[in-house]
Amino acid sequence: MNLLGYFRSQRKKSASVAKERLQILVARERAQRGGPDYLPALQEELLQVIRKYVEVDQDAVQMHVDREGDCEILELNITLPEHHQ
Amino acid sequence: MAKTVVVTSGKGGVGKTTTSAALATGLARQGHRTAVVDFDVGLRNLDLVMGCERRVVYDFVNVINGDATLNQALIRDKRVEGLYVLAASQTRDKDALTQDGVERVMTELSEQFDYVICDSPAGIERGALMAMYHADDAIVVTNPEVSSVRDSDRVLGILASKSRRAEQGDEPVREHLLLTRYSPERVNKGEMLSLEDVGEILAIDLLGVIPESQAVLNASNAGVPVILESESDAGQAYDDAVARFLGEQRPLRFTDVPRKGFFGRLFGS
Ligand SMILES: Nc1ncnc2c1ncn2[C@@H]1O[C@H](COP(=O)(O)OP(=O)(O)OP(=O)(O)O)[C@@H](O)[C@H]1O
Ligand SMILES: [Mg+2]
Repeated sequence: MNLLGYFRSQRKKSASVAKERLQILVARERAQRGGPDYLPALQEELLQVIRKYVEVDQDAVQMHVDREGDCEILELNITLPEHHQ
Repeated sequence: MAKTVVVTSGKGGVGKTTTSAALATGLARQGHRTAVVDFDVGLRNLDLVMGCERRVVYDFVNVINGDATLNQALIRDKRVEGLYVLAASQTRDKDALTQDGVERVMTELSEQFDYVICDSPAGIERGALMAMYHADDAIVVTNPEVSSVRDSDRVLGILASKSRRAEQGDEPVREHLLLTRYSPERVNKGEMLSLEDVGEILAIDLLGVIPESQAVLNASNAGVPVILESESDAGQAYDDAVARFLGEQRPLRFTDVPRKGFFGRLFGS
C-alpha cells in the first residue's frame, strides 16, 4: 500500500468507528427509555457493586423493562469477562 | 386548525433557526398562511435570520403576559405574502414561557394559520420541551456527527413520551429527519457519517439533506431566508425539503461529490 492509500484507509475508519459507537450507545439509551426514572441510577450502582469483585466494562450491566398486562418485568443481564481471576 | 411543526435537535448550532426560517418561508410561498415562532427565550435569533429585527415591538412573552395582543406582536414579512414572525423575548427569566401561556398563544395561532413553525432552543430543558409539546410534526435537524445524532435520538424519545400527543394517547408526532451541513466530499473520504449511516441509526423518514454551504452564511448575513436564494445549493435543497413535506416526491440532490474534471481525475484516486 502506498502512503496515500495508507492515509485514505486510516480516514475510512473514522466514520465507521463513529457509526459503531453510535449504534451501541443509542441501543443502550433506548433500552433505558420508558422505564422508571431510577433505572439509570440503579444500573450505575449495580455496576459499582460488581466492580468490587470483577473488572467489567461500562456496558456489562444491561437492563430492560418489559410490560405484560399489568406486570412490569425488569430484565437484568450481567456479562462477566471470559477470563476472570 | 393549523398544523404545528417543531424544528428541534437537542444539540445546539446544527441549523434549527436556519431551517425554521426556510421552512416557514417555503410554506408561505406555496400559499399557506404560516407563522414562525421563536422559542429561544433570552437569545432571540430568528428575527435576524428573517431580517425583521428592527421591526420587533412586542414579543412572545409580551403576548403571554397580556402586554400586547397576538396581532400586535406578529411581524408581517415584506417579501412573502401570508408569512408572519413571532419573536422571542430577551428576558433572562427562564420561566417566562408558562405552560398555560404558551398553550393560549398556540391555540390562537392555530385558529389563524395553516402552519405554525416552532423554532426550538438547543438542549432538552424547559424551552425545548415547550416547543415540542404542541407539535403534530417534528423536524429533527441533525448534523452527520456523533453528538448530534445521539442528541437527535434522545429528542425522538422525548417526542414519543412527553409531547401532548403522547400524553393524550393520540396518534404519535410525525417525525422527519433533516440532515444538514452535509459534505459529500468528506463522506466519500470516510471522515463523516453518511446519510445512510445516520438514516440507519435514527430510522425515521428522511425529509432532506442540506449541504454545507457558504450560501447559508451569506443569507443570514443579509437577513434573507436561504430558501429565497433560489440559485444556491442550500436554497434548492430546502425547496426540495418543503416540497416533500407537502407530499411531493423529489429525488435527493447535492448528496454526491460532483464529477471530477480532467485534473481532478489525474490527481485524485
Ligand atoms: N447548511 C449549512 N451550511 C453552512 N452553514 C450552516 C448551515 N446550516 C447552518 N449553518 C450555520 O450554522 C450556524 C448555526 O445555525 P443556526 O443558528 O440555524 O443553528 P441553531 O440550531 O438554530 O442554533 P441554536 O441551537 O444556537 O439555536 C449559523 O452560523 C449558520 O449560518
Ligand atoms: Mg436557533
